[in-house]
Amino acid sequence: MSLKVDQDHSRFRAIVRGKIRQNLRKYISQGELIGRKGKDLVSIPVPQIDIPRLRFGDKQQGGVGQGDGSPGDPLGGEGEQSDGAGKRAGQGAGEHVLEVDVTLDELAVILGEELQLPDIQDKGKSKIINEKDRYTGIRRVGPESLRHFRRTYREALKRQIAMGSYAPEKPIIVPIPDDKRYRSWKTESEPVANAVILYMMDVSGSMGDEQKEIVRVESFWIDMWLSKQYKGLESRYVVHDAVAREVDRETFFHTRESGGTMISSAYKLCSQLIDEHYPPEEWNIYPFHFSDGDNWSMDDTLSCIDIIRQKLLPRVNMFAYGQVESPYGSGQFIKDLREHFGKDERVVTSDIRDKDAIIGSIKDFLGKGA
Amino acid sequence: MEKVRSMSEFALRTALPSYLAKEQEKIEAFARAAGLDFFPTVYEILTYDQMNEIAAYGGFPNRYPHWRFGMEYERLAKTYEYGLSKIYEMVINNNPSYAYLLEGNSLTDQKIVMAHVCGHVDFFKNNFSFRSTDLDPGGTTTDPAKRPKNYDPNRRWIDKMANHGARVRRHVARQGMSKVEDFVDQCLSIENLIDPHAAFRGKRPVKSLDEDEKATEIPRLRAKDYMESFINPEEYLEQQRRKMEADKEREKRNPLHPERDVLKFLMDNAPLERWEHDILEIIREEALYFVPQMQTKIMNEGWASYWHSTLLTTKILDASEIIDYADNNAGVLATSGGRLNPYKLGVELYRNIEERWNKGQFGKEWEECDDLATKKNWNLRLGLGQKKIFEVRALYNDVTFVDEFLTAEFCRDQNLFSFSWSHRNDRYEIESREFKQIKNKLLFQMTNAGNPFVYVDDANYENRGELVLRHDHQGLDLRADYAREVMRSLFRLWKRPVNLHTQIEGKHVMVRYDGREHATRHMRT
Repeated sequence: MSLKVDQDHSRFRAIVRGKIRQNLRKYISQGELIGRKGKDLVSIPVPQIDIPRLRFGDKQQGGVGQGDGSPGDPLGGEGEQSDGAGKRAGQGAGEHVLEVDVTLDELAVILGEELQLPDIQDKGKSKIINEKDRYTGIRRVGPESLRHFRRTYREALKRQIAMGSYAPEKPIIVPIPDDKRYRSWKTESEPVANAVILYMMDVSGSMGDEQKEIVRVESFWIDMWLSKQYKGLESRYVVHDAVAREVDRETFFHTRESGGTMISSAYKLCSQLIDEHYPPEEWNIYPFHFSDGDNWSMDDTLSCIDIIRQKLLPRVNMFAYGQVESPYGSGQFIKDLREHFGKDERVVTSDIRDKDAIIGSIKDFLGKGA
Repeated sequence: MEKVRSMSEFALRTALPSYLAKEQEKIEAFARAAGLDFFPTVYEILTYDQMNEIAAYGGFPNRYPHWRFGMEYERLAKTYEYGLSKIYEMVINNNPSYAYLLEGNSLTDQKIVMAHVCGHVDFFKNNFSFRSTDLDPGGTTTDPAKRPKNYDPNRRWIDKMANHGARVRRHVARQGMSKVEDFVDQCLSIENLIDPHAAFRGKRPVKSLDEDEKATEIPRLRAKDYMESFINPEEYLEQQRRKMEADKEREKRNPLHPERDVLKFLMDNAPLERWEHDILEIIREEALYFVPQMQTKIMNEGWASYWHSTLLTTKILDASEIIDYADNNAGVLATSGGRLNPYKLGVELYRNIEERWNKGQFGKEWEECDDLATKKNWNLRLGLGQKKIFEVRALYNDVTFVDEFLTAEFCRDQNLFSFSWSHRNDRYEIESREFKQIKNKLLFQMTNAGNPFVYVDDANYENRGELVLRHDHQGLDLRADYAREVMRSLFRLWKRPVNLHTQIEGKHVMVRYDGREHATRHMRT
């Protein structure tokens, strides 16, 4: 049922979207939203949207209460909560925070608008066409099985009232063929574009918690943007130090190894995964690799470049490499990649210095519309 | 009831089922027998989302379009969905009154609501504050205490609010949604700068044009010739002359007297387009409509709670319903986390007054008695309680109610305390249990409905056409970031620089906004 307030509500939602857009950079660099992700909703804390009025400052006034306690006791058992909660309330300067639910799709649209991300261009890889019937309208002819009872009844009622044959005390409605209404449908065909993101991450000793957090935040937004672009999105996770192995999402973000780093091991596994599961004619493939840029040897780097050129690039939409700065890494790998693939648009490299750089790097990765 | 059916009849099609209509008849009969005197009341039964919608609109089925109603709706819908709160009842001050019942509530709950509503509507009809919402032409509001026997005022606010909606929608159609909504935002941010007593204020005498003529001569005190130079010395005459000139100069000022009704002043003096003027007028009228409700929150809720519990426990309920009733009633009157509950405070105060007047615990002798034991057992068996509370509900508002009837004994019995923000511990803390302090704090909070006193002082400041608002500082500073935003809104309306005279941390300052930036200047006092 539609309500009158719906219009006001959608105006409010538009204002909220504006607020989210304004604060998007903050949300992204603080990684605030990730913990709040539901199935397809994110709950976003927006500063209370308020109409400013002349009124007294919040904390000067105090008030009157009722109940037990002696002077100096905290109010309303607030003290029983953890100190952290009390502090946070304090810093907020009495500001109320509004929790707004936004669908991931909406959030992706906002992200796209704010970063001016182009939609991904069709690479002709989506050849599978899915056909779907949808009921879209009402017709006067059709099979009896699709007869719309309510509409038919209403037409008959209208006709009987107009003809004067309707008696309220004996409300019998008999439809004639002319009254009958049927549902009608349209067949829509939509391409089923499948995509897979192959996340690879260096988990050698030099990648600390902070670096992993950056990867986590970044992957959240990449996931979101690509799942807006593709109907079916899969993610696979590969961690590596000197050897690579596939893990689940949870492990991906929490593993820490101490060995050396052989990046080629991850690329080999990545290529193998594509071989086994993702035929490039049916899949859009996005390998993302995050590392601090410290590879074991120049030889290994050269074999990495070889794998990218021979095995990956012919089959993927783009190859993305994000280098997270760490105090231990030399950061050489990104330079090597740039040297070898400098002109190749399919290879995207990005330097992520700290959390504030995440937003720029998202734009680096997704800004090409590949 | 039939005669006032109008547009509002079509607002909702949610008639009361017959078993509830029967209950209504029964409950209203009991209420009338107990002495309540209310407008005819129309009940509608609503689903929870309809209820949330109407609550978001402040009880009205139709308002002007604005996003904040949408925000309120979202908040209500969410707290309902999470099971945090549920609106049981709503009633609007309208003649006939409209009240809403939530579909699916138990019969006991619906009975409580109906009895509660009887109390509210009686209060709307009889408390003097609400006479400012009478729409009759000719101002029946001039003497609120005296009213005709068959008092049947025009309070068709449902229709009026719906008309406001239509007017704003028409402006939206012409000017565009965001332009109008933006202007409404500006108006709303000064919505509280009205004179809550505007309806009762009457008009200031207007000086006629030829009145100036006569008083140009300097008035001399009567004296015999030889005394003239002593009684009317040169310096005195000079002083008088200057005073007269100053008076004359003052008369040229606009406004003549500090003007509390900032909205009205802007309507009369700001360079507004027609549609802007219209919207400002709508906002002001609606703000004034809600004033009595803010002025009598404790009294009104207390009165309604007093009557629902009296009527239900003595007349309406049977034994099988009493547990449900007690459960619900306990929820309504609960105080949690040390917060003051207006329902609870109100009902306890009425009961306290009733008991005191029944026992004769008032007057000079009572007040002068300082023997606790005597006071405790004081009972003159006067039985004036009922009469007194009916009188109180007609002639008081929250401020006078608390001021007159909140006694030290009551304060102690109810376990009241005052609290304040502790900077050291970064939290609110109980400040005191001392009667004087508690009462002062409570009264301060309710004075002017918790709003600062702000006046228009000058509309031609420094002869530059700048507006000066003065905040009558009574111990609390204004919230600075909001004040700056409000000045932006004022500039948008006034279109010339706007000044706000206030105090910040004890120092007099003049904040000026010229359309680009805010500047703060300290003032000598």
